Amino acid sequence: MAIPTQQVAPQSLPGSPPPSRRRRRGAAAARGGSRSAYAMVAPAAFLLVLFLVIPVLLAFGLSFTNARLISPNPPRFVGLDNFVRAFTSDPTFVRSFINTFVFAAVVVPVQAALALFMAILVNQKLRGVTWFRVIFFVPVVTSIVVISILWDFMYQGDGLINSMIDTLTFGAFQGTDWLGNPSTALGAIIVLSIWQAVGFHMIIWLSGLQTIPEELYEAARMDGANAWQQFKDVTWPGLRSTMVFILVTITIAALGLFVQIDVMTQGGPRNATTTLVFHAVRKGYREQETGYGAAISLIFFVIVLVIALVQRFLTREKD
Amino acid sequence: MSRKSSLTMLAMAAASATVLAACGQAGQNDDGGGGDAGGDGTTELTMWTHSAGNEAELAVYEQIIADFNASQDQYEVVMESFPQGAYNDAIVAGAAAGDLPCLLDMDGPIVPNWAWAGYIQPLGISDEIIDSLLPTAVGRYQDEVYSAGYWDAALSVFARESVLTENGIRVPTVDEPWTVDEFDAALVTLQDAGYATPLDIGAEDTGEWWPYAYSPMLQSAGGDLIDRDTFLTADGALNGPEAVEFFDWFQSLFERGLASDSGTIGNEEFNNDEVALSYTGVWNAMDSLDAVGDDLLILPPPDFGEGPKIGGASWQWGISDSCDAADGAREYLEFSFKPEYIAQFADNQVVIPATAEAEELSEMFGEGDPLQPFVELSQEFAVERPPTPAYPVISSVFERAAKDIMNGADVQSTLDDAVQEIDTNIQSNDGYGF
Repeated sequence: MAIPTQQVAPQSLPGSPPPSRRRRRGAAAARGGSRSAYAMVAPAAFLLVLFLVIPVLLAFGLSFTNARLISPNPPRFVGLDNFVRAFTSDPTFVRSFINTFVFAAVVVPVQAALALFMAILVNQKLRGVTWFRVIFFVPVVTSIVVISILWDFMYQGDGLINSMIDTLTFGAFQGTDWLGNPSTALGAIIVLSIWQAVGFHMIIWLSGLQTIPEELYEAARMDGANAWQQFKDVTWPGLRSTMVFILVTITIAALGLFVQIDVMTQGGPRNATTTLVFHAVRKGYREQETGYGAAISLIFFVIVLVIALVQRFLTREKD
Repeated sequence: MSRKSSLTMLAMAAASATVLAACGQAGQNDDGGGGDAGGDGTTELTMWTHSAGNEAELAVYEQIIADFNASQDQYEVVMESFPQGAYNDAIVAGAAAGDLPCLLDMDGPIVPNWAWAGYIQPLGISDEIIDSLLPTAVGRYQDEVYSAGYWDAALSVFARESVLTENGIRVPTVDEPWTVDEFDAALVTLQDAGYATPLDIGAEDTGEWWPYAYSPMLQSAGGDLIDRDTFLTADGALNGPEAVEFFDWFQSLFERGLASDSGTIGNEEFNNDEVALSYTGVWNAMDSLDAVGDDLLILPPPDFGEGPKIGGASWQWGISDSCDAADGAREYLEFSFKPEYIAQFADNQVVIPATAEAEELSEMFGEGDPLQPFVELSQEFAVERPPTPAYPVISSVFERAAKDIMNGADVQSTLDDAVQEIDTNIQSNDGYGF
């Protein structure tokens, strides 16, 4: 599930090294240089092939069989059966599909916007601003499993969130059992996920903000631009490549939602929070249907690939 | 910034070096499929347990192993313990890598699956031992014995005698248990008497607890997890009218607030008198006995029509198919089924000893001992979960369906979906050999 992140991230990372300009070197030196380049790329390439390329190819092959995790019978080729089953006779798969997209559709814009807002706030030259950066960043470096367990307690019927609601509204409103109620469970997980990950994207936005030269702002101010005009015409265009990176990484991370579900709700209540990755793990590993799990993973892979390509196309540099 | 990133690099390099070193270490210590010749001419028998962290249980194993190793000089048993949560994964991974130990323990209902998959071989220890054990402490698949255990567990309803008497509720017996209507009425009475949630049914727990605790109730109502005549479909068993009736009642427990899925796993609420009745296992009995004393009642679960039922089969021992020294493993197992060891397991962990002899040696389960009622419950009411290789899937599907119903899903359609899911799985496995 981390597959696409690694494929896309290096391309869209701002500031990748410029191609070498020293063309006039001797042929021998060039060969030596390329040899050391291969040597340097070898460890990464080896690991990528071992843990990325081979599993993807295996998943592709397995998804057309009825392979099982535990079975005395050899796997058998079943053609497109697994894919037909996913779309026609597995309501949980369809529900997972919908939940995954609802989650991504909410998380991507909200998290990106919130992160940008926080980045602008902590980009001020004020005393103690480092503290705020640290505080916003703390959830990112905390294990998501720990965070899920803590929020699980907070979301309980008699947990922290409900007693806060109770106190703040003087008892006028009663919270629900957030994770046990099918209509609030996914929303509750969206809130916690944004809270956890927003700090990371804040830092990325911040690094983008700091590459915009101060002179541009000075010039804009001399032209009489107000704060909103400065943001619209100086900051936002200057953040373009950062925006592309953030858009792609949040989308992929959101589509791969798994840990929070696994720790907090196991897909329930009533499939309200099941997601594609969670369903693939449940089918492929816990219920031991490796072939079917591989088919779900392959569907997921294709979807993520298509979305990433569409995003690349929409945000391409137009010259 | 650059100093920071070089520090990060250094930390990552150090971390990966540690991991690699650890892998190398693990590789060296790995004893392969067990049965390697040791340095001094003895054959090593590797043994995996799921009991890491359970000191009481490990202490007994350590003693058995020490006694066995000292009693002969042909074999040497070496134990490795895993935490229960990761244990099945370790076995599956070990089997995939062809690296299982000689001796391994396993939860009763998974035995058919592992036997079918060829992980374990027929047990082959003496019939005398097998015949002396509680039937639910023996794991069978296709009429062949594959595993045997030292104990079984049992579920019951815990209550305080004073609370029942005060509220005019009849104390049920094994011969005359509560009917489901009586049980329901008792819960309503207790709720009116001031218990906000009168019953702790254990719904906050997850995993195997669900089929272990609630599928016997379903059987008592006339339903089942699967059609046990053919083992090919769950249709009619899991979604028939009896099952729907049972789950309607189950759902209404939560709707009416008679039970809930919040709270802590274990028996704390009962011990603190926050709930009046608790549906829980023998392993919690000592704590409740300490908290409640003579007032504690250990009652049979209610009768849903076909008589009360409780789940049987706990952790049992088997021999892996790849074991090179299966004779040694058998010798060890036969040695370990001595009454004094079984009694020690029972008393240390508060579980029911698997033989009558050990029962008498035990300080808790013998005639007249406080936990003796559990022995009777286990003998009278224990049913086994379906002995089919499809069980892991059935278990997972059942848990999800029952939880959805608890959360208010439509009963009939949820059960129909569950049946479809189980049947699809059985078909894609060509009937699992049935």
